[in-house]
Amino acid sequence: MQAAELVEGVLAGNRRALARAISHVEADSPTGRELQRALYPRTGRAQTIGITGSAGAGKSTLVGAVTRDERRRGRTVGIVAVDPSSPFSHGAILGDRIRMQDLTSDPGVFLRSMASRGNLGGLSETATGVVDVMDAAGYDVVIIETVGAGQDEVEVATAAQTTVLVTNPGAGDEIQSMKAGLMEVAQVMVVNKADLAGADTAVTQLRALLAIADLRAWRPPILKAVAKTGEGVPELVDAIDEHHAYLRSHEHGDRERRELARKQIVALARAALHRQALETAEHSGALAALVDEVAGRRRDPRSAAEILLGAVKREWGEAALAEPTPENAAR
Amino acid sequence: MANQRPIRVLIAKPGLDGHDRGAKVVARALRDAGMEVIYTGIRQTPGMIAEAALQEDVQVVGLSILSGAHLELFPRVIEELKSRGVDDVLLFCGGIIPHEDIGTIETLGFKGVFGPGTTTTDIIEFVRAHAPVRA
Amino acid sequence: MFDERTREAARAARARYDAEVAAEGREQERPFVTTSGQPVRRVYDPTDLAGLDYERDIGLPGHYPFTRGIHRTGYRARTWTIRMFAGFGSAEETNGRYRYLIDHGDDGLSVAFDMPTLMGYDHDEPEAAGEFGRCGVAVDSLADMEILFDRIPLGAISTSMTINSPAAVIWAMFIAAAEKQGVERGVLRGTLQNDILKEYIAQNEYIYPPAESMRLVVDTIEFASREMPLWNSISISGYHIREAGSTAAQELAFTLADGLEYVRWCLERGLDIDEFAPRLSFFFNCHNDFFEEVAKFRAARRIWAREMRERFGAKSPRSWLMRFHTQTAGVSLTSQQPEVNLIRTTLQALAGVLGGTQSLHTNSWDEALALPSEKAVRLALRTQQVIEHESGVVNTVDPLGGSYFVESLTNEMERRCLEYFEEIERRGGVLPAIEAGFFQSEIADASERYQREIERRERVIVGVNDFAIDEPLEIPILQMDPQGEARHLERLRRVRATRDPDRARRALRDLEGATRDGENVMPYLIEAAHAYCTVGEICNLWRRVFGEQPISLSI
Repeated sequence: MQAAELVEGVLAGNRRALARAISHVEADSPTGRELQRALYPRTGRAQTIGITGSAGAGKSTLVGAVTRDERRRGRTVGIVAVDPSSPFSHGAILGDRIRMQDLTSDPGVFLRSMASRGNLGGLSETATGVVDVMDAAGYDVVIIETVGAGQDEVEVATAAQTTVLVTNPGAGDEIQSMKAGLMEVAQVMVVNKADLAGADTAVTQLRALLAIADLRAWRPPILKAVAKTGEGVPELVDAIDEHHAYLRSHEHGDRERRELARKQIVALARAALHRQALETAEHSGALAALVDEVAGRRRDPRSAAEILLGAVKREWGEAALAEPTPENAAR
Repeated sequence: MANQRPIRVLIAKPGLDGHDRGAKVVARALRDAGMEVIYTGIRQTPGMIAEAALQEDVQVVGLSILSGAHLELFPRVIEELKSRGVDDVLLFCGGIIPHEDIGTIETLGFKGVFGPGTTTTDIIEFVRAHAPVRA
Repeated sequence: MFDERTREAARAARARYDAEVAAEGREQERPFVTTSGQPVRRVYDPTDLAGLDYERDIGLPGHYPFTRGIHRTGYRARTWTIRMFAGFGSAEETNGRYRYLIDHGDDGLSVAFDMPTLMGYDHDEPEAAGEFGRCGVAVDSLADMEILFDRIPLGAISTSMTINSPAAVIWAMFIAAAEKQGVERGVLRGTLQNDILKEYIAQNEYIYPPAESMRLVVDTIEFASREMPLWNSISISGYHIREAGSTAAQELAFTLADGLEYVRWCLERGLDIDEFAPRLSFFFNCHNDFFEEVAKFRAARRIWAREMRERFGAKSPRSWLMRFHTQTAGVSLTSQQPEVNLIRTTLQALAGVLGGTQSLHTNSWDEALALPSEKAVRLALRTQQVIEHESGVVNTVDPLGGSYFVESLTNEMERRCLEYFEEIERRGGVLPAIEAGFFQSEIADASERYQREIERRERVIVGVNDFAIDEPLEIPILQMDPQGEARHLERLRRVRATRDPDRARRALRDLEGATRDGENVMPYLIEAAHAYCTVGEICNLWRRVFGEQPISLSI
């Protein structure tokens, strides 16, 4: 299927076209970029939710429970479930469909598993692109779920409008050691498996941490839920909805939307720059020579990096990488 | 690099039987060969399998069955795939499959039928050789 | 086990010997390991048994801790029960196979059920599509049970039933069938597999969440201990754990851990250990590695006896005895040169016998390809008869006892099993370890390791990765009666149409009440069986009350 055909299919709600379009975006192929260009103006309708938290927190089960609740509210749901690729083989086993068995035959749900593929800083961008395609396809809610709380995963989840941080009772140490940054990106916090002992302690700990975090007008609610039974899930979805309404109406909402846009542009540009610079470096042969020198202990890695950057700059022409000055910025 | 798309494979067990040793071994082996394996595990209906193949846009579908219900369930999977327009995937299967059934299964569109004692190397090579290339 | 002088001399001799071998340098450069990957030394001698205490650890057959067997007389009084697992198609066909087996020397029945029955669905439910009679016999109601055991005297033969999630239901139907034959439940002999824990761990045929399933298991154990003194209420099974790819040590450890878990639940119910423990039975796999398997069985008896006596304080010696059934390893069968499976099975069966099994199933050589044909089943049965009557191994009890190697391996098995016990304890016990996927991933890792060894040809499987030939397969395939399914469905329809609707409705209502009130469900199930309620009706009732256990994610 060609790009135009795929765009038409996605907009018409054709699931096969949607699936194929996602593959193109995921692969960052020329067709994928063309699709994103064509589909982006048709996005912005969906409510996007990022769900993150450490492995074993019960995120998949929670995504299932949230989806069921959204379906009861009459909304269609697209899900992007991201799992890590093996650092050795680059392969992956993606098992999220198992946790959402009952949802996979619901025509109002579309679940796509995604491997992180160890992209050069591009995971969050690729995943955001996939979310956009689902948005354009007309899903009312698009959930993106990531495993683990590494930099990449958190970034993926925060690319959504509302980020939900999932923890568990007894995860006290984990909460204590949580980077303030993670606290600040979450708009909703939920202690899952709240039927286990220690749920209230976890809530107290989160509250204490929030008290010292640098927050803006939105105060993240801290909720308890048992994803397995669905307990507390309607309240969670209510809280997500409240944040969504806040974004739509409040003056800060506009600021946050602009910030999200800025983050996306910068991240994509950074990834592209990174990739292109390395391609140039490898292509010019400068890298290979420097590798020999550093490996032979004839030159230190830092100097080598500077030389490499110099070589890239020369290839590209100094102007392209110069600090923006009023003159060249205007050009 | 970003635009090298790994082969995506769906591994599923149709029917009720829970013997998933083989399916797990194959799923792990394909992952270790650099593929992305969508593992749906046991108790999958033909409809669930076809829907997963569609949504995940896999190039390959591998089914494992040890209960002997293959001649009943495989045609239903094919039917469900066809009704969704998924007509360009490589199909293979494994399990306890009597020799005399292999012809029938191949006629259904399965390119590979792997019985007990098959090495994962054989399956990896098979998938690499036959997986349809996607742009 | 040996005095200091002997051990000292042995140590010195061993050192010289190892030096000689090293100097020769003729040994192959490969790891010498068991099928489970356990390293095996060049030779074993008294130095390998340093910590072993003859009286405490070995002793005589029929004596605590029963390392050498639970009977003083081994097989000299009574040989093991030849028990061939069978079932396919309709009740009529399987009944025919049972009577064939009995005619050829089978001593006990062992019923295989098909997937819908195992998963608690009636055969006209959509989930049953395509599964009728494929890997066992189809049973929906007492009407099928009556045909299944037609002209088989249930009071005289022992019957084993491989069923787990719906075990209580099927058992009730069996009891009802016997009662209709005029046999009282108190004299029935047999075994209900009824081991739900290994379903979560390995075989995946679970329906309900663990705690609810355990309650049903305890109900059956309680009922058996009160009303059916000759019945084995549970067969705690390592077989399926091994089939899922575990090592021998994992099979041993996980099975025994499951067994201890059942004991804890029964004690919590308020049962007296000596009331139910004598009716707990076990079921193990017997794989390729001959000595490792023998050691596994010996260690199993010793560990169980000690746990029951020392940890749980069981007073009755009968509570200390581990009685077990053995089946040769289905997972070891190959579809290449399948006749070779006959030889594998023979060696495995021999290990089971030398390990002191109480009953034995030998797989048929064609089972990697299809359901076994009648002739293949007969050969499998003959295999046991040859071991019994021709090999001479039954003449003495535990002939491998005292072997430096076997005793050392037995110790090693015990050590690794106890290590696993501790690990499970650290994870909060069996149920939390199941929830966390601990067993499942341990098994999957072991299975992957084994597969890799075969693929790298570190381990030779004859006919698979060595000595392979290209030959067309000629396998006689068992043909099922093409009318079987229609006949069965017609019977199901007739049962529903002709049973007393009030009695059936009342039975189900009472069963639901008992289920919710925490009463023992067995009496209600037996009434429901007599009222011709179906497996699906009962299991779906429980699905409503208990909920369903989601499929495990661990891979």
